[in-house]
Amino acid sequence: MGWRALLLLILLALPARGEEVVAGLSQTRVAITTNFSGSEILIFGAVKRGAPIPQGQPLHVVVTVAGPHTPVLVRRKARRFGIWVNTDAVEVDAAPSFYAVATTGTLTEVLNDTEDLRHKVSIPRAIRSVGAPEGVGASADFTEALIRIRSRDGLYQMHPGAVDLREQTLFRTSIALPANVTEGDYTTRIFLTRDGAVVDAYQTEIGVRKVGLERWVFTLAHNQPLIYGILSLAIAIAAGWGASAAFRMLRN
Amino acid sequence: MQIYLPIAEVSVNAFLLLGIGGLVGVLSGMFGVGGGFLITPLLFFVGIPPAVAVATSANQIVASSFSGVLAHLKRKTVDLKMGTVLLAGGLAGAWAGVAVFNLLREMGQVDLLVRLCYVLFLGVIGTLMFVESLRAIRRSRGGAPPKRKQRTWVHALPFKMKFRTSGLYISVLPPLAVGAAAGVLAAIMGVGGGFIMVPAMIYILGMPTKVVVGTSLFQIIFVTAFTTILHATTNYTVDMGLAVLLIVGGVIGAQVGTQIGLKMKAEQLRILLALLVMAVCAKLALDLLLRPDELYTLAGGR
Repeated sequence: MGWRALLLLILLALPARGEEVVAGLSQTRVAITTNFSGSEILIFGAVKRGAPIPQGQPLHVVVTVAGPHTPVLVRRKARRFGIWVNTDAVEVDAAPSFYAVATTGTLTEVLNDTEDLRHKVSIPRAIRSVGAPEGVGASADFTEALIRIRSRDGLYQMHPGAVDLREQTLFRTSIALPANVTEGDYTTRIFLTRDGAVVDAYQTEIGVRKVGLERWVFTLAHNQPLIYGILSLAIAIAAGWGASAAFRMLRN
Repeated sequence: MQIYLPIAEVSVNAFLLLGIGGLVGVLSGMFGVGGGFLITPLLFFVGIPPAVAVATSANQIVASSFSGVLAHLKRKTVDLKMGTVLLAGGLAGAWAGVAVFNLLREMGQVDLLVRLCYVLFLGVIGTLMFVESLRAIRRSRGGAPPKRKQRTWVHALPFKMKFRTSGLYISVLPPLAVGAAAGVLAAIMGVGGGFIMVPAMIYILGMPTKVVVGTSLFQIIFVTAFTTILHATTNYTVDMGLAVLLIVGGVIGAQVGTQIGLKMKAEQLRILLALLVMAVCAKLALDLLLRPDELYTLAGGR
């Protein structure tokens, strides 16, 4: 494959120290168009090293893709007077709108707890919650619910064993962005680990943007809301009148 | 065919949206209701965020009502004078409704109150209409001529006005109140308010059924247009792409519905609408009473 040859060339051309990641992405921009139905991003790379492959524990690769972090209000229902009502709420300070982790093995196997805490790799660690308000308790239930709901929607993904690593040097994986992703800069991180400890890390951004008509409509709606509202009405009335006129012509 | 909606930020099947628009359009043409009480929950089911669903359904109602009202204007089944009075009340009601809506949103209980409003209004009105229609059908089968409403408290109020098309000479206060109530509901529940206005016009104002549908559509157009502008300027939740798809389905459906409505008897129309209203009410009530699959919900994720 072409990209492998290219990477090997880069690998040979650069001076090396220890083990470093050299990575590439199939695309650094994702365009949300009218017929956007999700996107697959291929993340590939190689390990650059000046010395022979170290003996002992094998090398592992962890790839994460995270959407923009935003606060999320998680509400819980309880039965009151026979009906189900929102009773408690906990604000999660920052949760990524999208988060995917792909690894060469199970996460516990490739990354130890200290490194997970430091780099915030696993899904619960990627979510920041300062704590529940007084009297709510069991704030963990709320974060779990957030993860459960977003996982169900395909927004939080765990892919153990999905990174393909060849001869401890070449790796690649693909991350599927679902159709319901939001706009923003998606941070892609690649970690090399040995014996659960991070050896090297690499970070880059993928820009997810609306383009064309989608962009125009979105911008107009937010910058010129009154004009947008009137335009929406004009379209509605034109369509309503147009169809009515068309039916009248059909009948005559 | 999947299509990405720019404001809702989700990808939905375009034909599904066309179908929803068409179904609601048929109902709009048949009964003179905007169909918002049906379109809003249907949009929730296909994954449109509630705020966008409410605002966009208001926009769609403008279009489906427009083709409907044109058909009624041609047949002269719109009481323009009554419509204007209802509209005056409706705009004031919509304004107040938005204020109430924002207040409730701050309290974090908007969902519940909107649902309770649906269950309460749909339940009461559906049952009343059903009982009344059954009685009317029994009367017409018995051969007795349907009696015109006697003088009630409505006729005792001041500020009387002549509504020639409806053949009424009544106070402007009840129509103003009916219009305002519909306006409040338009803003809070994201509906046209036809489902409350139509029965109120028949049972409280005593208007002839033939002009009720056209006149309520006339009022709904302007009130929902006003609501659309309010949502577009305050919450940025009107999705033009979604609206266009719903409208294309809706305007065609409305024409079909108007034709069906002309061929059916008023009593039959009313009993069908009553059944529909009660079915939606039952579904919403069950959602409140049964333990939900997911006790947690996410908000403010954008």
